Amino acid sequence: MSSHAVPAGAGHDETFDEHHWRSLGVDHMKLAFWTFLGSDCFFFGSLIGTYMYYRGQSLVGPYPRDVFDVNITSISTFLLLMSSFTMVLAVLGAKTGKRGMTLVNLALTAAMGSAFVAFQMYEFAHFYHAGLTLQGNLFGSTFYILTGFHGTHVAIGVLWLLLSMFWYGKGWIRGDEGNAIEVAGLYWHFVDIVWIVIFTVVYLMEFVA
Amino acid sequence: MSTAATTEVEHHADVHEEEDNSLWSWLTTVDHKRIGKLYMFSALIFFAMGGLEALFIRVQLMYPEQSEFISAQTYNEMFTMHATTMVFLAIMPLSAAFFNFLIPLQIGARDVAFPRMNALSYWLFLFGGIFLNVPIFLKLLGVVGVTPDGGWFGYANMTLSKYSPGMSIDFWILGLAILGNSSMMAGFNFITTILNLRAPGMTLFRMPIFTWMSLVVQFLIVMSFPMVTVGLLLMLFDRSFGTNFYFPPNGGDPLLWQHLFWLFGHPEVYILILPAMGIVSEVLPVFARKPLFGAPFVIFSGIMIGFVGFGVWSHHMFTTGLGPVADAAFSTTTMLIAVPTAVKIFNWIATMWGGKISFTLPNVYAITFVFLFTIGGLSGVMHASPPVDLQQQDSYFIVAHFHYVLVGGALMGLFSGITFYWPKMYGRKLPDGLGWIAWALFFAGINVTFFPMHFLGAMGMIRRSWQYPAGVGLEGYNLMATVGAFLIATGFAFFFVNLIRGLLGAGEKVGDDPWDAATLEWSMASPPPHYNFRKLPVVHSDRPLWDEKHEGGSPVSQAVIGKDAPAHVEMPPPSYWPLLLALFQGGFFAAFLIGGGGGKFDASAFGTQVMVQLVMGLGMLFTMFAWIREDARPR
Repeated sequence: MSSHAVPAGAGHDETFDEHHWRSLGVDHMKLAFWTFLGSDCFFFGSLIGTYMYYRGQSLVGPYPRDVFDVNITSISTFLLLMSSFTMVLAVLGAKTGKRGMTLVNLALTAAMGSAFVAFQMYEFAHFYHAGLTLQGNLFGSTFYILTGFHGTHVAIGVLWLLLSMFWYGKGWIRGDEGNAIEVAGLYWHFVDIVWIVIFTVVYLMEFVA
Repeated sequence: MSTAATTEVEHHADVHEEEDNSLWSWLTTVDHKRIGKLYMFSALIFFAMGGLEALFIRVQLMYPEQSEFISAQTYNEMFTMHATTMVFLAIMPLSAAFFNFLIPLQIGARDVAFPRMNALSYWLFLFGGIFLNVPIFLKLLGVVGVTPDGGWFGYANMTLSKYSPGMSIDFWILGLAILGNSSMMAGFNFITTILNLRAPGMTLFRMPIFTWMSLVVQFLIVMSFPMVTVGLLLMLFDRSFGTNFYFPPNGGDPLLWQHLFWLFGHPEVYILILPAMGIVSEVLPVFARKPLFGAPFVIFSGIMIGFVGFGVWSHHMFTTGLGPVADAAFSTTTMLIAVPTAVKIFNWIATMWGGKISFTLPNVYAITFVFLFTIGGLSGVMHASPPVDLQQQDSYFIVAHFHYVLVGGALMGLFSGITFYWPKMYGRKLPDGLGWIAWALFFAGINVTFFPMHFLGAMGMIRRSWQYPAGVGLEGYNLMATVGAFLIATGFAFFFVNLIRGLLGAGEKVGDDPWDAATLEWSMASPPPHYNFRKLPVVHSDRPLWDEKHEGGSPVSQAVIGKDAPAHVEMPPPSYWPLLLALFQGGFFAAFLIGGGGGKFDASAFGTQVMVQLVMGLGMLFTMFAWIREDARPR
């Protein structure tokens, strides 16, 4: 095959770039990640559904109102929501090539995510000492599993952000850097949105009526 | 040289004979065609194991009140492992073999979107399958007393530690978790591949039906597996850490498990059948010399089956007393789903109607699918009526129904696919003689085994029962079913031996397009070069190759010149990271057995478990690191 002679049967011209051909015009990673997020919706949907199914069904205490301190949880919720803002700035920085802006905002996002996880660890410890255990009643079982899996998601997100910082700082990201940071951002926003639902369903609804 | 026309293409067959076939090349392969073959043969071996378990069941039930052959405990283990194996380790991976082998070829791509993740899916599947079967070997060695015995549905609270102490259920839970992981990753991969790697001009409605049905299946997989994963997690926590999700004394409700399981379990039914429907939709038109009748209807029916499939799960639970409103709603949706299914059947019949049908082996398998699946579908729609279902629940009538659908349906469709695509995989047709004997034994065996079960069920014989009483008229049909099971087993032996003969070089050498087919996978060499297409085709219709050959359409077929890929083609290099990552990931899951296994929490061993999982987790992290770095390597 000396030249790029076109065998009979190949219809497109020489300028066709098959390595960047995407039928939908979307990056593979981004598309796959959206399907993952859709899948994760069903994961959290099942966990939240389980929580709802057993809400108010505990036979013995402690009950939600006995342990919740909605003020403290509001602070950690606020931090998590704000981290989405810095995440957007990080993506913007990566898309426009402002490396400093990206690194600073990734660090801020990771810091707020870590703070959220720290708050959750404090909360778990506090609840445990208040008598709420994984085994004690249905509220304990469902609460720890639901918020625990969400916390795990946040922790994985923090790890991802830190690795992204490292990778990005080293200039190791192959291809479109903005896209790589954006995919991390998709995950981060998703975890954030899930928390809004959990915070509403688990905490706020206890104080309605 | 490069202007070779299609006629020259047919004489390429020895081009790839110097292919590297070392063990290392298979362990590190990222080629979707090789991964497809790995899936196929692994699935067939697991199928043989599941079949052996079925034979144990049938021999036990050959005569009434038999107590010498296997114990009641072993019987429970046999039907549990039979079903789990057939669903997760035989039919799903056999479908995955076709997803892998065919999808990139059918849409005109060089590989899947994430070739290494594809290899990871395979290795995880293999480890998960082996892991599930470990208890059987441990029991044979006398290490453990029981293997998984909770049924493939694993109903709580039967599977909680109070009633199932020991490790068996933990093996089952963790094995399914690993397999779900593998399937979901494959799902993300194939959705991306199908949506994003179609050749220029391959619009969604020019995609072959098999690819369409696969797309629907991938969406079903990624949406339904998370739900059973949650169900399994809750069960694991109930068993190991004493949570209360399914534990009634503390307010838990075993029905929650049933909901989470069937929310997955019913879409799973369509995950099993839709790929076979896709294959049949490819095979029937080729051998009827007609396009598929009403192809858009077949596609939309598949989509509708996928959608409605999520809204019918409670028809597995009519007897749990959900109340008249729920029963009526789920009864309606279940009857509704019969409509798109029937549309497909009528389309297949209309495809054959008036065609010049040639009764080749793949085509006869496909027709067998249509015939037997229709029987299974008809008995299935009967259960949609709650009052009828109350009579049939847990009887052999149900067993008859789903075996007609899964063996007569899914399996025959997949075997049609194996015989149909074998020439594309290996450049030779399967030897016909043994193939026909195998088909005849299957056809006879399936009907002799499963048809009498309708009567057994109607007479009130219940499922999963180790013995049945003598003198109430159940003897004859049971004996018949056992004879039939051996016919199926013999048929499979012939089928498998035939495949091995084919691998060893038996069978007539054929060209690239031995069946005169219409779609892109027949446009390149058989077996296809690792890069698939010399030049990505440009597609102008839903039958590009047919149009080129018979309608004077623009050419899509590929000239083969030499062994090496054209200079402009970059293929991903082999990689051992998928295998390593699968090992670490499998180890991470398996380590749960150390502290949490055995249905109780062992605080002293928990430290060891955490240490092992930490090592495995670090291994995973390191592997992923290396994985990404490998990607960054200049090529």
